[in-house]
Amino acid sequence: MTSTVPRVTPAEPGGVTTPGPGRVQPAGSKPLSTRLHRSPRLRLLGLLALPLTWLVGVYIFSLVMLLITAFWRTDPFTSKVIPGFTLDNFVRLVENPAYLSTSLRTLSIALLVTILSVVFSIPLGIFMAKVASPWLRAFLAVAITLPLWAGYLVKILAMRITFTENGFFNSALEPLGLSGPGFSYTTVVLTLTYLWFPYMALPVYTAVRQIPANLFDASADLGARSWTTIRTVVVPLLKPALIAGSIFTFSLSLGDYLAAKFVGGSTQMIGSVIASNINLNPPIAAAFSVVPIVFVLVYLFAVRKTGALDRM
Amino acid sequence: MLRLTRSAKIGLGAIVGVVLVFMYIPLSLVVLNSFNAARIATWPVTDFSLNWWVVAFTSEPIRAALLNSIVVGLGATALALVLGTLTAFALQRYSFFGKQTVNLLVVLPIALPGIVTGVALSNTYNNILEPIGIQIGYFGMIVAHATFCMVMVFNNVLARLRRMSPNLQEASMDLGAGLWQTFKLITFPQFRTAFVAGGLLAFALSFDEVVVTIFTAPPGVDTLPLWIMNQMARPNEASVVNVVATVIILASFIPVYVSQRLSRAEEED
Repeated sequence: MTSTVPRVTPAEPGGVTTPGPGRVQPAGSKPLSTRLHRSPRLRLLGLLALPLTWLVGVYIFSLVMLLITAFWRTDPFTSKVIPGFTLDNFVRLVENPAYLSTSLRTLSIALLVTILSVVFSIPLGIFMAKVASPWLRAFLAVAITLPLWAGYLVKILAMRITFTENGFFNSALEPLGLSGPGFSYTTVVLTLTYLWFPYMALPVYTAVRQIPANLFDASADLGARSWTTIRTVVVPLLKPALIAGSIFTFSLSLGDYLAAKFVGGSTQMIGSVIASNINLNPPIAAAFSVVPIVFVLVYLFAVRKTGALDRM
Repeated sequence: MLRLTRSAKIGLGAIVGVVLVFMYIPLSLVVLNSFNAARIATWPVTDFSLNWWVVAFTSEPIRAALLNSIVVGLGATALALVLGTLTAFALQRYSFFGKQTVNLLVVLPIALPGIVTGVALSNTYNNILEPIGIQIGYFGMIVAHATFCMVMVFNNVLARLRRMSPNLQEASMDLGAGLWQTFKLITFPQFRTAFVAGGLLAFALSFDEVVVTIFTAPPGVDTLPLWIMNQMARPNEASVVNVVATVIILASFIPVYVSQRLSRAEEED
C-alpha cells in the first residue's frame, strides 16, 4: 500500500511507543532509547503490541466467538443454547424462503443505494469542480459536508417526518393526484442514500478537481463534445473515487436496520433479523451475521485488486 | 478547462439543485417541527410554540443521556488516539510480514456492519466475561466505541506521516536527542493537526453511533442517540425529539467550521 512512498529504512530513528526517560539527559546515557534505536524490530513490536492486543484480543476474538455460536443450536423447548457442531443454521438461511429473500432484498437495497449515489455524485462533482464559481464551490462543499455531521438518527427522523402518511411529501404530491411511497422499500433506499451520499460525493468531487485541465483541452482539441469528454475521460478517471465511495455506501447500507425499522414499514433487512433473533435464538442470529460479513469481505477483496483501498 | 455547452451547465445545475433540495427539506422539517405546538410532527405546522424547547432543556433524562454521550465519546477518543497513532507509525515506518492484514484489521470494525460488531461484543460481554465474574458494564461501551473510532485517527495520522520528511528526525537524533525528546519536539508538532482532526472525527463518530451502542450499553443507560431512538419508537412523544435533533443539526456547524479552519491552517503551513 505504500508502494508510491519511498520505503523508509528500518534504521530510521524516531520510534514513539515507549516514552523514554522524560527528562533531558546527555546522549549515551539513555539505555532504553539506545536499545530501541538499535533494534527496529523491538520498536515495531513496541508500536504494535497494544493495538494488536486490542484488535485481536477484543475484536477478532469476539467475532470468532460469535461465529462459533453459529454452529451451535437452540433447544426448541427451553430456548437454551447447546454447544456442538451443526450446519443446520446455515442450511436454514438458504432453505427458509423468508431468510433467503431478506438477504437478497438487503443486497438489492445496498446496490441501489450505491447506484443512486454514483448517479448523483458525478454531475455534482463536475458542477462543483468545473462549473461553479469559487464562491459557489465553497458554499456547496459546506452544504454537502454539513448533513454528514447532522447525525444518523436525526436524518432518519427527518425522513420519517418527510414521508409519513400526512407528512410533507404526500401533501406536496396531493395536488397532482399522486401519493408518495409512505414507509416502504423505496423509502428505505431513499433514506439510506440520504445517509451515505456524502461519503460518495466528497471523494468524487475531490477526484474531479484533481483531473488536470489540459486533459479536457486535449479531448476538446481532438473533437470530443462535452458529453463524450465526460464519458471517456472524466468517468474512467473517477473510478478509484467511485470505488472508495461505494465501499461506504454499500457496506453501510448492507448492515443497516434502523432505517428499515423506522421508515421501512414491514421491510426487513438482514440486520432486522439479527436484532430480533439475538436473544431468542442466538445461533441463527450468529449465522445470519455471517451473510453481511461475507458480502462485505467479497466486495473488499474484489476492490482491493483495483488499488482503491490504498487511497482511502 | 472542461468546455460545457450552456444547456449542459444548466442540466448539471438542475441536478445539483435537486440534490440540495433532497438534502435540506427533511432537515428543515425537523427544525420547523421543533417549534410545533402539537404533540407530534405535522404538516403543515399550524401552531407555533417554544414549549418543547423548554421541556427539552429541563429534561433530566436528556441531560443524563448527553452526559453519557460525552463521557463515552471522550473515553473512546482518548483510547482511539493512542491506538490509532501507534498503528499509523508502525505501518508507515516499517515493512513487515502481515502489514496488509494489520491494515485490514484496523478498517474492519468500521467496514463490517455495526450490528455484527455490536452483537459480537455483547456476546463476549454477556456470555463469556460475565460468567467468569467480570462485569464490564459502562466501560464495555467505551471499549466498543474505541474499536471502531481507531480508524479515524489512524487514517489521518498515516496520511500526514507519509508526507513528512524523516530528515528532521534524523537531524534531531544526530544532535543527541533521545527518542522521546525527538518525538515531543520534532515529530509530534509535525502531525499535530492530523492528530487533532483524527480525534475530532473519532469523537463525532462515537457521539453519533447508535447500533453498536444498542447492544453494548448496560441496562438503563442511554446515550443521546439511544434516547432519540427510544423516543422515535414511541410516536406519541415525538415533538421533544425534534428539539434535540435541531440542536444536533445546529451543532454540526462546529465540526464543519473546525475542519475548514484546519484545512486552511494546513495550506498555510
